[in-house]
Amino acid sequence: INHIVHNGGLYKRPFNEAFEETPMLVAVLTYVGYGVLTLFGYLRDFMRQWKIEKCQNATEREEQKDFVPLYQDFENFYNRNLYMRIRDSWNRPICSVPGAKVDMMERVSHDYNWTFTYTGKVIKDIINMGSYNYLGFAQKAGPCQEAAAKVLSQYGAGVCSTRQEMGNLDKHEELEKLVARFLGVESAMTYGMGFATNSMNIPALVGKGCLILSDELNHASLVLGARLSGATIRIFKHNSKYQMKRKITDFRRYKEAPTIKSTYTEFLFLNSMEGSIVRLPEVIALKKKYKSYLYLDEAHSIGALGPSGRGVVEYFGLNPEDVDVMMGTFTKSFGAAGGYIGGKKELIDYLRTYSHSAVYATSMSPPVVEQIITSMKCIMGEDGTTVGKACVQQLAENTRYFRRRLKEMGFIIYGNEDSPVVPLMLYMPAKIGAFGREMLKRNIGVVVVGFPATPIIESRARFCLSAAHTKEMLDTALKEINEVGDLLQLKYSRHRLVPILDRPFDETTYEETED
Amino acid sequence: MDFKSMKNYIYWLYCQFELITCSYLMEPWEKLLFYTFNVIMLVMVLYTAYIFVPVHISTAFQFFLHLFGSQHENTVSIVK
Repeated sequence: INHIVHNGGLYKRPFNEAFEETPMLVAVLTYVGYGVLTLFGYLRDFMRQWKIEKCQNATEREEQKDFVPLYQDFENFYNRNLYMRIRDSWNRPICSVPGAKVDMMERVSHDYNWTFTYTGKVIKDIINMGSYNYLGFAQKAGPCQEAAAKVLSQYGAGVCSTRQEMGNLDKHEELEKLVARFLGVESAMTYGMGFATNSMNIPALVGKGCLILSDELNHASLVLGARLSGATIRIFKHNSKYQMKRKITDFRRYKEAPTIKSTYTEFLFLNSMEGSIVRLPEVIALKKKYKSYLYLDEAHSIGALGPSGRGVVEYFGLNPEDVDVMMGTFTKSFGAAGGYIGGKKELIDYLRTYSHSAVYATSMSPPVVEQIITSMKCIMGEDGTTVGKACVQQLAENTRYFRRRLKEMGFIIYGNEDSPVVPLMLYMPAKIGAFGREMLKRNIGVVVVGFPATPIIESRARFCLSAAHTKEMLDTALKEINEVGDLLQLKYSRHRLVPILDRPFDETTYEETED
Repeated sequence: MDFKSMKNYIYWLYCQFELITCSYLMEPWEKLLFYTFNVIMLVMVLYTAYIFVPVHISTAFQFFLHLFGSQHENTVSIVK
């Protein structure tokens, strides 16, 4: 369904999001493929059981047969019989910095992906369409690297303590002030690991008497944090404000309304599997109406969306003070590691004392802190150059161009027009493996995703665009994708796009999709 | 030259069949087993069709002829 939403003035710009329906024939054929593989899986399992074939995966020992089973039945079946056949598309070892181009070690398998051996050759200069390198800060030379090297020689690599004991460096204080200024909030706190930022701080903020409304497609860190907190959790369908409203009102009417101290709504701003952007104006309107708090996870959208890279709040032109807890990570756009939480001063002061990460986890390493400081100053323009702004604009241009060209070719692409994460639908299990291998043969590295990260028939190839990709690289990639698409017959889309001449990107050009 | 492009086209069709039925992922002995099974089923279906379809068509044809024929007689009897 393609639609352009204006919603009575809540949105200041058109919101183009499209999730084309799976063609019926393709869905049927996908199930046929999975059926055949399942039958062969049963046959192989039978042969392994009766020792006709050697069993190469991990099983329990004979002495443990009467104990509670260690391995879940279906998951392990899928792993043994389906995942093993296409396993060479994942966990590929790279041996250079994952910038726009990357070097990969070549490996072969002589027993159908159960073991791999390295041939010793290195495949050089593979166009990297899989790294979350949105602004191109994954470099091994440049101002960020020099600053980080200087700090490394000054402070060393390890901190050897937690934030609350001896691990609070002046670099951390500097970084937190900078992050708060970047986001437009009163105060911020940073942590050494992005996953732990979610899973360790949600239990500190939310407790037993609270209600958490969580999006269906939320990341594992948010789900883990919500479960650890012990609050009541209600899940609503992705981006559906009607369901969200319904869940809050149902809960208040029928359940223990007096025991609910606060309601939290959790969102993933830019979903990395679907490429969709959350409908923030509507969410904020709902939140104000029902007086609940909003917790946002901007892991993928900070630095990548918005005219100056400040995330989705700036993309929609809203006030950062409307969002109670802004969370994000430094892994994607800043080329470092770690996460942050930003908000009101009282909230952050509370977190400094009560967060599990602050008490138990080692704080961020100094060179990493310096990388973030330098890259953030670069994006804000405070280092005196316009490199940061150019990167943000280059990313937006690349996104528009790439998405439009892919749609013109006839592939099914999910997600919002402005999202730098581009999922290309593959559907059939054999095509997952074939796509990964064919693209590697043509020197392009892509990430393919299947079950269980996506629903079983909706497997996809996910491209992550970067400001470091030049137009020539994108053109090469598009040519190869076109070729592979014809070879594997991946052009399922039934919509015909009107090809528009290439216009230079500026704030007022918007493109429309037509049937 | 037409033969070459025809051969390429048939090879491409075979690749599509392999991808859709996931025989692209199978080991050689599994492929052999799968294709043998498919070929046997196809041969059986075609053989059954070859034997029974003409008989069924002619039976159906006779049945309809008889139906229309007897109706003609009925109208004749009423008129009488």
